[in-house]
Amino acid sequence: MTPGDSQSHSPPDIAGLAIAAGLMVLALVIFWDMSRLQLTSVYGVGPKAMPVVIASGLAILAVANAVIAWQGHLPLRDDYSLKAVLLILGGFVALIALIGLGGGFIPAIAVLFTATATAFGRRAPLIDFAIGLALGLVIYLAFDKLLTLSLPAGPIERLL
Amino acid sequence: MDALISLTHGMAVALQPMNLLFALIGVFLGTAVGVLPGIGPALTVALLLPVTYKLDPAGSLIMFAGIYYGGMYGGSTTAILINTPGESASMATALEGNKMAKAGRGGPALATAAIGSFVAGTIATLGIVFLAPWLVDIALMFGPEDYFALMCVAFITVSATFGASPVRGLTSLFLGLALGLVGIDKLTGQPRLTFGIPELLDGVEVTTLAVGLFAIGEALFIASQRHKGEEKIEPVRGSLWMTKEDWARSWKPWLRGTLFGFPIGALPAGGAEIPTFLSYSTERRLAKHPEDFGKGAIEGVAGPEAANNASAAGTLVPLLTLGLPTSATAAMMLAGFQQYGLNPGPLLFAERPDLVWGLIASLFVANGMLLVLNLPLVGLWVRLLAIPQPWLYAGILAFATMGTIAAKPSVVELIMLGLFGILGFLMRRFDFPIAPVVVGLILGPAAEAQFRRALSISLGDPLILVQSPISATLLAIALLALIAPFVLRHLDRFRAADD
Repeated sequence: MTPGDSQSHSPPDIAGLAIAAGLMVLALVIFWDMSRLQLTSVYGVGPKAMPVVIASGLAILAVANAVIAWQGHLPLRDDYSLKAVLLILGGFVALIALIGLGGGFIPAIAVLFTATATAFGRRAPLIDFAIGLALGLVIYLAFDKLLTLSLPAGPIERLL
Repeated sequence: MDALISLTHGMAVALQPMNLLFALIGVFLGTAVGVLPGIGPALTVALLLPVTYKLDPAGSLIMFAGIYYGGMYGGSTTAILINTPGESASMATALEGNKMAKAGRGGPALATAAIGSFVAGTIATLGIVFLAPWLVDIALMFGPEDYFALMCVAFITVSATFGASPVRGLTSLFLGLALGLVGIDKLTGQPRLTFGIPELLDGVEVTTLAVGLFAIGEALFIASQRHKGEEKIEPVRGSLWMTKEDWARSWKPWLRGTLFGFPIGALPAGGAEIPTFLSYSTERRLAKHPEDFGKGAIEGVAGPEAANNASAAGTLVPLLTLGLPTSATAAMMLAGFQQYGLNPGPLLFAERPDLVWGLIASLFVANGMLLVLNLPLVGLWVRLLAIPQPWLYAGILAFATMGTIAAKPSVVELIMLGLFGILGFLMRRFDFPIAPVVVGLILGPAAEAQFRRALSISLGDPLILVQSPISATLLAIALLALIAPFVLRHLDRFRAADD
């Protein structure tokens, strides 16, 4: 048992309150989206019923989450490295940009591979980039050529 | 004995060379991903869905089932040798198994886990053979309102009843249900929650959600916690073989574990944690040498491992007979059926008996293969654990991205993958369960369809939900399952203090 369970007067948990607020926003968005639908079904229930149920459920759960957060009853969290998270997400954004702009699959995978390996503590970006290129090439050849799935092509892929 | 005849036909399908090959690939992959931290069977099936799109349905479903069973075997290896259970179902195994490995008895621990898994898997698969036709007969009486009520039971038990916190579990479920709303409403053709983005009209892909939550979310979380210290791999010392005493102490826990695992897995309750911990505490109570527990008691490995595998098999009962997934992996297998336009349920038993029974028969085959693969090859699996963590996770992310773009080549899909990754990271950090999101996404639209069908049959009269005795009973069960965890909260605390 953690000591947090027996204390009933822990300070409010800011992150928990933010989660509750996010859930409430989601409930409102679903509700707003539902209100724009037209009721076309003659009898039975139309397309609006399920969104109403889900939005109401989310709103109730937002309140419940807020109460738990206000009482500080969230599970204890360890501190964490934001740098590592941002590195991986950065690599992912770069991958999306490369693929979106036609850079192709293989370099995009190499960038993501390097960013992830660095986030996990490696300090050899050039070697990792080379490994990433090789991995991207193997995946591309195996899945695009052998299994005939279509993966995004860029300058390198067109040479293959 | 219709079941046995069907099974014989199924065996003929399962023993075809191509299907044997698929089963072998499945158990091989399954064991590998079970051993490796960071990827589980649900993610593997999700990644393979786009790849297997063009293959024969029977073959790839057999492969998926092999991955599911293999993942359960592989998870125990990691739990015993490095004390980091790959999935929560292996937590009980890690308790005693790692102590045994530290005491130089890693070999017998792995052996009792593998043989116990085989015994449990075989008995539980026999359970499927006899239970499935009977359930199919019952399911034939189900109307839309009964299916809707059944899904409500699954929603509640998967999210609220057995988790750490019912509020967080239900929150996860409703996030999944909300994602299920996205796309064109099938009955009226109106777009919901698409915000004018054409890529969203088809709805949220289950694979994109699962890969984002499991692969990217997990990688983000592990990377953010990396400074917590390295795990130590215990070398497998001594003989792999179990002594006579080991056998004598193992066989009863195997059978008892199976008895816990199969029914709990077969009920739409999901989660293998409950039976494994029930088995662990039972074995501790019944053991001749209870003082061994905590120091490496073989009963504490044999029982939970059997329970784990039996419940994995049990999960296939509601999946095959009712189309009801009760775990993340089962949800991905359902997505696997759906990509071939197949819907598990009574109709599938009637229309494609070769496929269903071939799949069930292949489970016996997979179990046998796993026993052979696991014991002699344990050294190979252990070597997998030596892959440096940075490359392992970088590789997982590369494959995750590949799987997603192969399924839907668009930047919007990749952005969604990234957003689901962030969601998965936040859910891990704030201790929200992941499986209910996936189950909510895949079952939500089905529940809505059944609900609307029921109400259009009754001309809009909602009383139909309580007029059908089946539906009324199921809804009462769902209500009980929802209230129970709140009422029993203090019992839970009592139990936690007891441990």
